[in-house]
Amino acid sequence: MMTNPGNRVTQGQFSFLPDLTDAQITLQIKYALNNGWAVSVEYTDDPHPRNTYWEMYGNPMFDLKDPAGILMEINECRKTFPNHYVRVLAFNSVRGVESPAMSFIVNRPKNEPGFGLTRQEGPGRQVHYTITSYAATKPEGERYS
Amino acid sequence: MSEPTIDLRAIWNESGVQAVLDKLDAELIGLAPVKKRIREIASLLVVDRVRRDMQLAAGAPSLHMSFTGNPGTGKTTVALRMADLLHKLGYSRTGHLVAVTRDDLVGQYIGHTAPKTKEVLKKAMGGVLFIDEAYYLYRPENERDYGQEAIEILLQVMENQRDDLVVILAGYKDRMDTFFRSNPGMSSRIAHHIDFPDYTDDELVSIGELILKDWNYGLSPRAKKVFRDYIERRRAQPHFANARSIRNALDRARLRQARRLLEDAGKVDKAALQTLEAEDILESRVLAGVRAVPEQKAGT
Repeated sequence: MMTNPGNRVTQGQFSFLPDLTDAQITLQIKYALNNGWAVSVEYTDDPHPRNTYWEMYGNPMFDLKDPAGILMEINECRKTFPNHYVRVLAFNSVRGVESPAMSFIVNRPKNEPGFGLTRQEGPGRQVHYTITSYAATKPEGERYS
Repeated sequence: MSEPTIDLRAIWNESGVQAVLDKLDAELIGLAPVKKRIREIASLLVVDRVRRDMQLAAGAPSLHMSFTGNPGTGKTTVALRMADLLHKLGYSRTGHLVAVTRDDLVGQYIGHTAPKTKEVLKKAMGGVLFIDEAYYLYRPENERDYGQEAIEILLQVMENQRDDLVVILAGYKDRMDTFFRSNPGMSSRIAHHIDFPDYTDDELVSIGELILKDWNYGLSPRAKKVFRDYIERRRAQPHFANARSIRNALDRARLRQARRLLEDAGKVDKAALQTLEAEDILESRVLAGVRAVPEQKAGT
């Protein structure tokens, strides 16, 4: 049974929804900025769920007042990596929190082949499960081209 | 059936623009042509907004400006007010002003300039970017200078993101003219060239009094006369920076007043603490006629 048609990667916020429009992204960023969070843009072409640390596209943007600047950065990242995953991260630097408060995908490859499940039988017939992205078999940078 | 009419005056009052313009009038002495131009721009923006409401074509107005004038004529102050004004009219979302100079835009080595300029632009988005001494961006004597790169990025954003950002360039008149001549692209993208005239002596006296009022000081009647004389002579000297020179002169007069009060009596009342006497100003070397060392250029 296909529970996730199109094999869309579902990580972070809003990932079960249709892709956000630029206007919607702007509103989300505005929310982050109003909370005083620093917003950054990151990209990757390894969709594995345990791939937590993506590549940073430029430095995190501190001291911004308006979402237009971040949208400009997002669009530049999209232009550079049209077939990568691009996400927007809002970092809450308050002492004791110091972790991302928001994270959502703003760009994804046209074709997401999904994951294959490998079952490995261990001692005592114990089964280990591994998931591998079909796209990640190719080297980095060529995965979704 | 008659066409519906719109009360422009009401929209004008509602926008809170008048308050900003009044504040401009009250706090900035002189500068009549500048104020007139700002009033015109404000009127245009209000009319444009009404036109848009009535579905008449109103292309996003180009709001980039250039402020030229001698040092100390109030360019930065007016830019701050302008940010406020544009915010009240809804042409700037946040109304904040990011003031930068060449150092904040141009990098030190290849590949350093673009990220630096972009970072500044991102910070200024939604508000006003004020580039002080903008002519330093372009250095014709060094063809490998990275300033040109910053100018190109700036131009691109000025053109493509007119809704997001207003750029104000400021600098001394003659150097800005040279700058615009060598960067015609920049000149043509700036709709409003505003020239800040020098202040007259009377205006400078008023400015001095306004500054003193801010500090809770005042001039005695005799000091006022001496101060006028001081301004006349100071103007003839090199590095005269209009209102900035006045502020510095008054700063020094305050020092002398403090010393005088301590040396004279040691006992003072509130009035004495607030009053600058003629001798506080007379001691200035401008009036003594000593011109051995020219005064250092104050501020930037």
